[in-house]
Amino acid sequence: MTPASVQLQTRESGERVITLAGDWTLASLRSSVARVWKTLKAVAADPRLTWDLRRIGALDSTGALLIWRAWGERRRADALLRPEHEQILRRVAAVPPVERARWRADWLAPIVFLGRQEAKFASHALGFVALIGFLVLDALYLFTRPQRIPWREISATIYKAGALALPVTALVGFLIGVVLSYLTADTLRAYGAELYIINLLGMSIIRELGPLLVAILLAGRSGAAMTAQIGVMRVTEEIDAMATLGISPTLRLVLPKAIGLALAMPLVSIWSTAAALAGGAAAANLQLGISPQFFFESLPKAVPAANIWIASVKAFSFGAVIALIACHYGLRAKPNTESVSSSITNAVVAAITMVILLDAVYAILFRSVGFP
Amino acid sequence: MTISDTVIEVEKLWTRRGGLTIHRDLNLRIARGEIVGIVGGSGSGKTTLLRVIIGLDAPAQGRVRLFGVDPLRARRAARLRVQRRFGTLFQNGALFSALSVFENVAFPLRELKYLDESLIRDLVMLKLGLVQIEPQHAAKMPAELSGGMSKRVALARAMALDPELLVLDEPTAGLDPDRSRGFVKLVKTLSHEYALTVFMVTHDLDTLTTLATRIAVLAEGRIVANGPLAEVQHSDHPFAASFFGKTEPLLHSD
Repeated sequence: MTPASVQLQTRESGERVITLAGDWTLASLRSSVARVWKTLKAVAADPRLTWDLRRIGALDSTGALLIWRAWGERRRADALLRPEHEQILRRVAAVPPVERARWRADWLAPIVFLGRQEAKFASHALGFVALIGFLVLDALYLFTRPQRIPWREISATIYKAGALALPVTALVGFLIGVVLSYLTADTLRAYGAELYIINLLGMSIIRELGPLLVAILLAGRSGAAMTAQIGVMRVTEEIDAMATLGISPTLRLVLPKAIGLALAMPLVSIWSTAAALAGGAAAANLQLGISPQFFFESLPKAVPAANIWIASVKAFSFGAVIALIACHYGLRAKPNTESVSSSITNAVVAAITMVILLDAVYAILFRSVGFP
Repeated sequence: MTISDTVIEVEKLWTRRGGLTIHRDLNLRIARGEIVGIVGGSGSGKTTLLRVIIGLDAPAQGRVRLFGVDPLRARRAARLRVQRRFGTLFQNGALFSALSVFENVAFPLRELKYLDESLIRDLVMLKLGLVQIEPQHAAKMPAELSGGMSKRVALARAMALDPELLVLDEPTAGLDPDRSRGFVKLVKTLSHEYALTVFMVTHDLDTLTTLATRIAVLAEGRIVANGPLAEVQHSDHPFAASFFGKTEPLLHSD
């Protein structure tokens, strides 16, 4: 590979000749493209210049493009070149000119942006309502034909989203219990109200933190997985294939996920609540000297059983909402990798936001239920 | 750099996948300017051979040299130099789905880091022109393209760095006969114009007869027949005999 070179000479007759030599390829121009272009541009303006390209070894599109630009994007009839390079230059000549888009300040842009966002939100809301509509139709269909209920898929979801999530939810629950207990112990001791740690932990963990913690964990864990699965199935047209086989994608994919996660969530929530209480009791034992036995004996007096039911109802609806939002975003993913990844992000954010919103609604609904 | 006439050199290659020996003592040499087609039954290891040659898979034994360099054993810079000298067209195009047609072709050029934006723009439009993609399709996303178009865009991307060697994996798979004939003609024109060496894996006899200057038959993990079509056609190996024998009447009916 010989580097590209440019040589300018003036003949005795006063004729100026520019000789290009060496290899004019992408690889050989690697370190010299800016320099070569500068040299060419400096002399290119002279219309009487004779171009001699016969000493060029290899010529590829990059080299040809540089020469073509130096010629002012038109063929120099008097240029001397090797016949095999003619075709390469002809290809370069066929490149369409740039259509320059003029940038103009658009004062309406913020309003257009707002409108777009609103339209996007409306289309999401509409899509979500349509999804629920399809699910209702599917449920009605299954009511008439119970043998079509996707038991396998439901049980697979319970296993994947529920059973496999047990270790991580237990660990996180336990640690949260320990942290809460430690943080409140000092304050309670200052007031001589050590025993109230049982009320405090019991109420906050059973009623609030258990279901919420599990919902947030599972939105990140199972919700993301659901969106990814359905999104990729859209990329590979598996959803379309399923529909043409006469299998409703909502019935096979969305319904079992929603049912499965809704069923698994209360169970995982109780499991995680138990772990958090164990953590709280352990920390209370170390900090305040309250024995675990006493802790769990006093718990039923401090926290009425209704709270477990409230927590389970909450967890059930959180599960359904997370699965539905995850599937909704998965089904809306466009068939490219970028869209799938942004769908997953949006699904997790939307699911967690919705869960917290719902939690607030429950707090108002049940404000006079379950207190001792 | 010396101009060596051997572009691809495979020596005593053994490949194993999951306890299965795919290639036993395979030898293959491809010289500059040749257009070589590999044929073989399903699962005979054609695509694996292609992947080993372009350095995606490692052989169990033996060596592969591309432009005289063993890509797996070369240093990073040397490997990169070799990788820029060949372009690969994958079976399903393998276009970056999150990038537009233009960006797909511009991607390898941008990675070089020494071309300015206007040069890249003209080069991309030039490559798209080569594969007969109209400028108005440049902003499209790969998902919006038809099968034939995405194949051509993938070819444009493979040609982006003006490679000396073009590696094609089933170039006409998934195209209807008309499109596939057009695509083969396109590859032929480009390979003449840019003096390309072409290495391809294909099932399609039409592609082989129009394009290949040499055909290598892969069976039992080795190259069992190797030569121009006329020679390979009359090979006495059972696979070659059945492959060319069965399809011969089809050729005459054209």
